[in-house]
Amino acid sequence: MSEISGLYALWYREFKIFTREISRVVSSLVQPLMWLVIFGTGLGSALGENFIGTGASYSTYIFPGIMVMTVLFGSLFFGLYIIMDKRVDFLKEVLVAPLSRTTIFFGKVLGGSTDGAIEICLLLILGVLFFGIHLTLLSLAETIVIIALLMISIVSLGLIFGALMTSQEGFGLVVTFVIFPLFFLSGALFPVKSLPTWLYAFVAINPVSYTVDALRAVMLGIPASFGLPVDFAVMIGFALAMVLIGSWAFRRMKF
Amino acid sequence: MAIIETHDLTKKFDKLTAVDRLNLSINEGEIFGLLGPNGAGKTTTLSMLATLLPPTDGNAAVAGFDVRRDAAKVRRNIGFVFQDPSSDDMLTGRENLYLHALMYGVDMRNINEKMDAVLRLVDLTDKQHQRMKGYSGGMRRRLELARGLLHEPRVLFLDEPTLGLDPQTRQHLWKYIKKLSTEKKVTIIITTHYMEEADMLCDRVAIIDHGKIAALDTPQKLKSMLGGDVVKLMVKDPKLAAVKKLKYVKDLKHEDGVVTMTMFDSNKHLQEVLKKVGDVESVETRKPTLNDVFLHFTGNEMRDSDDASEGGWSERMMHSSVENR
Ligand SMILES: Nc1ncnc2c1ncn2[C@@H]1O[C@H](COP(=O)(O)OP(=O)(O)OP(=O)(O)O)[C@@H](O)[C@H]1O
Ligand SMILES: [Mg+2]
Repeated sequence: MSEISGLYALWYREFKIFTREISRVVSSLVQPLMWLVIFGTGLGSALGENFIGTGASYSTYIFPGIMVMTVLFGSLFFGLYIIMDKRVDFLKEVLVAPLSRTTIFFGKVLGGSTDGAIEICLLLILGVLFFGIHLTLLSLAETIVIIALLMISIVSLGLIFGALMTSQEGFGLVVTFVIFPLFFLSGALFPVKSLPTWLYAFVAINPVSYTVDALRAVMLGIPASFGLPVDFAVMIGFALAMVLIGSWAFRRMKF
Repeated sequence: MAIIETHDLTKKFDKLTAVDRLNLSINEGEIFGLLGPNGAGKTTTLSMLATLLPPTDGNAAVAGFDVRRDAAKVRRNIGFVFQDPSSDDMLTGRENLYLHALMYGVDMRNINEKMDAVLRLVDLTDKQHQRMKGYSGGMRRRLELARGLLHEPRVLFLDEPTLGLDPQTRQHLWKYIKKLSTEKKVTIIITTHYMEEADMLCDRVAIIDHGKIAALDTPQKLKSMLGGDVVKLMVKDPKLAAVKKLKYVKDLKHEDGVVTMTMFDSNKHLQEVLKKVGDVESVETRKPTLNDVFLHFTGNEMRDSDDASEGGWSERMMHSSVENR
């Protein structure tokens, strides 16, 4: 019982803070919009309205990938920010509470996913209005499941790094060596079928590739390169692994 | 019955031994003080008891549970007011309290009345809806204290709870802490630099230095250990040799025409001293304070020695406490 109210407490905190930083939400949409409008239109104008025979323009084609990018940046940083909690000792107040570390971990994941979900909803609305996204009730539901799995994975990944790091100095390293590779090697911006073998190998071992693949299949009707069952298996496996490692890292966390 | 028991409790950070084989037994309902200079190991001790730091060696039990094996059960029985800020800047004071109540499993049925009560206590009712970003250091401190009281734990750890508070608020809080201890039977472990605070509040005080207990007893007993009252005389040309012969005079010191000594039953013996010492300009006798005790046990010098140590920690303490008087 107290674990549940604790979970609610942690979510409540993240949500309150989120509602007070609406400017952050708006600015978190600026980057994806630049990709879609400038990069998408710029490269798209050279590629024509029917990108590699998918029936979609280039902007539309990369839309699922840009959604994934938004989650990557937002959720990973959300997780990393527990370093700030460590600094102001707010974390101590939480850690000395009669809550299991696992509950604390899930409270954070829940809070971060809520924040991310709101951002993604806004982006999705823009996609329907301006970027040629058509959704049915079914494809919307599938999109939500896929995005939720990704958010849980990436918030957890951020929390793992946050639990291990002791200062903000590592932020830049995480961006360079984690976020960018996960994004660029996910096929978010290009089809993965005709890649040279060495590059394909990197894409294939990147769990985020399967999210992009599934999202593109669900939202745009483009056949999944790895096959949807494989995509879902990888996504669920990745989420489970991150959650398990994350709650383990939390239990072991020192401060 | 002992609610906290430690056995050779030890914490090492690399080579530094912050807490050195501590043996404590704290009774239920008692207000227990840990008095010691900066770096003595007070916070480290509390952190181990609250399961925030694993001990390097030895063991400790809180409310009957081992801090290592039953950390979760220990945490269910304790509250902690940290030395450093630990509230969320982006939330209001009241929201921070609410969050705490949720996390610590407070009965939520009359939560609003409970929050109102603790807010009134620390005089923050009119600031409760302001984000804590805009709180002063003292206001933040008061809110965190209110928060620690909110869930009425069996054992409450207060790490320098009144540091940086104005005298009025401090008195307020002392009163409340006392009340909490007598009415709710909460056991309170408090660390402090303020002698007055330890003297006023604590049933027993442990003086801790370099991670070791230098003395442990009731404030009264500790003070009587010093050998009676402190007598201070202003004398032009003191005849020290004559005074020194008196059996009941201890810790005789002389500096710039000021003679200090300690003795039992000063009202009985003072006459004789005054006769022997010479032309006395003024007399001052006082009961020893915990400050005297503190210096006695933590200073590098014992009081028997005549020349005072230069610039040591005890000296600085002495000067600052004199200035505060
Ligand atoms: N995490 C840590 N890593 C290394 N050394 C530490 C750590 N925490 C405390 N210490 C050291 O342990 C000793 C005791 O520190 P502690 O914080 O317990 O002192 P304290 O009695 O609470 O002092 P203060 O009155 O300044 O709060 C100090 O020498 C401190 O430098
Ligand atoms: Mg301390």
